[in-house]
Amino acid sequence: MENFTIIQDIAAIALMLGGVFFMLVGSIGINRLPDFYCRAHAAGKVDTLGIMMFVGGMVVHEGFTLTSAKLILIIAFVAVTSPVATHALARRALLSGLKIWERQEPLK
Amino acid sequence: MDTFFDTFFLYMALAVGIILLIPFYRVYKGPTLFDRLLGVAAVGGKTITIVLLFGLIYGRLDMFIDISLGYAILNFVGVIAMTKYFKKSASDY
Repeated sequence: MENFTIIQDIAAIALMLGGVFFMLVGSIGINRLPDFYCRAHAAGKVDTLGIMMFVGGMVVHEGFTLTSAKLILIIAFVAVTSPVATHALARRALLSGLKIWERQEPLK
Repeated sequence: MDTFFDTFFLYMALAVGIILLIPFYRVYKGPTLFDRLLGVAAVGGKTITIVLLFGLIYGRLDMFIDISLGYAILNFVGVIAMTKYFKKSASDY
């Protein structure tokens, strides 16, 4: 039983650190990528994975309770709604005529 | 072990709070309207995790979890409403 607690703590810490890493990568991508569509790529996938891993770490830390069931519900909700919202934004931008970025000088 | 996790959650909240400030640069400087909306959506997504971390720090996660679910629904509905609202051409903004 003691070993199980140690494994649980290590898994929770690893998942939370991974989630913070992916959220940092997504935020830097939103600032650094050249185009709105590239930024939507960063915000729609990497950020979603970061939030899901972070809340998954909370589930592992919490154990087998009603609260962790609600946390799994939040994971499912974020997994559905965050890419849908990003896709709706990108579709509206494309329909309203936002130009797609192209490389300035040709590749050699 | 409990005190270790308390300090760990505190530092995680600090890290997420600093990460949450980075997309505000895109909200401030974004060339088009959609860049700003994307930055706002990213900040709202990270707000979910920081509210849950406050729940873990205060020891009342069962109460804060409903607040964070409300934040998630509000973020999603807000973005969808904005995409239905802005139907003019992108060069107007």
